[in-house]
This record gives sequence, C-alpha cells and structure tokens, in this order.
Amino acid sequence: MGERLYIHRHSVVHSLPSHVKIVAVLLFVLVVVSTPITYWPAFIAFLALVVISSLAGKISILTLSKRALIEVPFIFFAILMPFVGTGEKFELGPLNLYRDGLLAGISIVAKGTLGVLSAVILSTTTTAREILRGLERLRLPTIMVQIASFMLRYVNVISDEMERMKIARQSRGFDATGVKHWKVIATSAAALFIRSYERGERVHLAMLSRGFDGELPHTEAKSVGSATWLKALSIPALALITSIFFRMNG
Amino acid sequence: MVKNMSNHPSLLINNLAFAYPDGNQALYGVNLRVEKGERVALLGPNGAGKTTLVLHMNGIHQTMQGEVFIAGEKVDAKNKDSIRSIRSKVGIVFQDPDDQLFMPTVGEDIAFGPYNMGKRGSELDAIVDEALALVGMSEFKDRPPHHLSFGQRRRVAVATVLAMKPEILVMDEPSSNLDPASRRELADILRSLDVTIVMVTHDLPYAHELCERSVILSGGIIVADDKTETILRDGKLLGTHRLELPVGFTLS
Repeated sequence: MGERLYIHRHSVVHSLPSHVKIVAVLLFVLVVVSTPITYWPAFIAFLALVVISSLAGKISILTLSKRALIEVPFIFFAILMPFVGTGEKFELGPLNLYRDGLLAGISIVAKGTLGVLSAVILSTTTTAREILRGLERLRLPTIMVQIASFMLRYVNVISDEMERMKIARQSRGFDATGVKHWKVIATSAAALFIRSYERGERVHLAMLSRGFDGELPHTEAKSVGSATWLKALSIPALALITSIFFRMNG
Repeated sequence: MVKNMSNHPSLLINNLAFAYPDGNQALYGVNLRVEKGERVALLGPNGAGKTTLVLHMNGIHQTMQGEVFIAGEKVDAKNKDSIRSIRSKVGIVFQDPDDQLFMPTVGEDIAFGPYNMGKRGSELDAIVDEALALVGMSEFKDRPPHHLSFGQRRRVAVATVLAMKPEILVMDEPSSNLDPASRRELADILRSLDVTIVMVTHDLPYAHELCERSVILSGGIIVADDKTETILRDGKLLGTHRLELPVGFTLS
C-alpha cells in the first residue's frame, strides 16, 4: 500500500519534478471545471489531452481506465440526477428525463472523470513520497506534509497488524458474515486504534531520543528551469486555449 | 568543569530512584558505572525496571532522586541545551524497529538524528553512508523500511543511532525476533563497533557471547554485578531473579 499506484517507467512525464506535475494537474482541472458543459466539443479536446499525456507517460489506456473506476461510487448520484428534479421534461425512449438534471449529471460525470483521469496519471507516474515532496515545495504547511508522510510510513505497518488480527480471529473459528459479527469487528478496530496510539507514543519517544525538536529534515531541492515548467504547463495551457476558442465560437 | 572527557566513565548512575506518576515505584536506588569501551549486559526479568532505567539515560524520564552522568555530563531533563548534547551521546536502539524507523526511506531515517544535531549537506551524506556501511546495509539506502526483513530493519535501527556518533549505545532486547543468522550477523556488527554498549536483554547466551560483564536488575535495584561467566554459572542467583539458561546450554 502507499506505493502500489506508482508504475516505474522512463518517460517524459515520469521525469518531470513532482511539484511541477501537481501544479499542471491542478490548473488542468481548474480549466475543465470552469468550462460549461454545453461546449461539449471542448470536452472531447480535454479528453484527447488526457490521452496524449497518458501515452507520453507510457501508461496504457487500459490501465488508465481501470484505475479511473475508483470514481464509480462517487458519480452514482450524478446518474440519478436526470430522474429527479423540477423544470422542463422530455422523453428519451421509455425514460422521462429532466433536462436540467440531465445536463447537471453529465457535467458532473464528464468533469469528474477528467479530474480523476489526470489524478491517475499523476499518481501512476509519481511515487507517493515524491508527491509529498512536491507539496512541501509548493509550501503546503509542513505539519500537513508531516502527518501525510507518517501516514504513508505506517499505513503498511498498521494494515499488516490488521491482517494478523484477522488471521488470528479466523484461526479461532471466526468469520465475519453478518451484522451479528460487527461487535467483534468493532472490538478489533478499537484494539487496533489503541495499539496504533501506543505505537505513536513509542515513535515519538524514539524521535526525542534522536534529538527531535519539532522540525523534520527536508531535502534541499534543485531549482527547476523554465523549459520544464513549459513542458508540463503546455497541457493546461492547451486546455485553456481550447476552452476559450469554443466559448468564443459557440 | 569537565576538563578531560576521556577520564570519565561512559555511564555513571548514582543512587537512582524513580516512581511513575501513578505511584508505582520502578527503581529503588540504582548504582552503575560503565567504563568507556565496555560492553555490559543489563539482565533482568520482565518488569524489573530495565526500560525505565534506559529512559533515564537520555533524559526522557526526569530523575526524581539520584544522578545520571554520561561521559561526565549530568543528565538533566529540564535543561534543554544539555539534553540535546546528552541525546547525541546516548544512542538508544528500541526493541521494535518499526518504532524507530519512521522516515520514508532508510537513508532519510539515518539522516534524522545527525540533522537534529545540526549537520547538513555533504557532511550529512557522508555520515549516512558511513553508518550504513558499518551495518552492511549500503545498498538499501533508498528503500522504504517496510520493504526490508526484520533483521535488516534492526540493523538499520542500529545505524540510525550510530550516525549520531554516540558515546554509548543502549540496545533494548537486540536479539528479540531475529532468526539465528540475523542474530549472528548483528553480533558480528556489535563486536566490530568501537563504542560502549549497554545491552538490555534476557537472552543469556547472547549476553555471554557479547559482553564480558553483566549486571542483574531485579525489583528496581542492581542485585549482581560481575563477569558474565560468573553470573551465568550461579544457577541459584539466576533462579531467584527469574532468569534461566536455555535447556541444553552449557558454558564452555
């Protein structure tokens, strides 16, 4: 866990510094979100840009689409939107849909998907550690970066611990099948919480023993040339141009 | 005050007593002197106060009664400046390497201590490389700790405190959970180090293998302080303090 998303390749996207990539993804999402859904050709162009970046990062479209499936639970409500609401209605085959609801639903699905796809490209071409370094360089408050990096370090330790507890339960004939087993699961979760809390205290003790006084070491990063920025920002820039073009001509 | 550091013992504990805030008294007047370069095993049953004693050595626990000196410098948990220097002199290797290794990569974790001591740049890099070489883990510098085996993580944990160039290395149960090969490798590494070592353990053969001298802490006091061999031959003494040699083990 933690590093599972990253796929190691040598590509132009992989080689870009993480903070540059984060900025590029954020700007791209910003442009996508601020383009009204009615200019639908712009969205085809956005999708093309995502596909191009993905191929430049040597990520197959199959991998990209599979990973984007994480979005499904989140867009569930968007799919319901055309069926509930008020205003103008129209018939589509056997279905009776609301126009406003349909537009809003499509908008959420399209913009959400583009956002998820670009985030997938970021996480597939950048290690979690590098993303944290990038956020640190972008001046995210250090306390947040520290919390995230501790989480990254200990998520494996804790999930291993959880797995061992599960195996130990099963070895004594317990299998969680229904509501009546929730009490046992809840007790295990509580035990895990206490253990993690105590581990936190021991880690802190170990840190104090090595002279910790509130500041974690951070690596000094090399400055990034404008050519690199240009390369990364070309994607959101193209998206912006497309968006403006269709708005002026639409 | 301190003119010549080398004349001071690495560790000097005078009449140290300690009770936890809940009233549970853990130490009842401990006296211990460990000379520079010595390797001493601190033996004792569970709950003897071993960990409490260790946490006094670098000022995590405030001394209530008695004094602790590291290379002649008094440990005072309230004095922020001196505590920083004390913690650079006392390297504690905790029992669970996962508690000790918390940075994303092995190299960064080893850099943590020296960084806190104010080391930066190429000097820091050199210290990290040297510490990794001492425990034979150089090729793992950029790996995240959870990708290593338990024995490897223990060795990295040792490297994290060696990087601070400690006067005294304190190890809490160094041999616990290690397979026989990792156990021997760690012993070889510890023998190769030119540093004072206090080893907290109830693994008596390991103490015998590594330490010339042993002390037994039981019921919050030091009840025996002698050559390891002499102590291990005294079956009655060991038995009284819930220590036992493994079945079939005989001293050569």
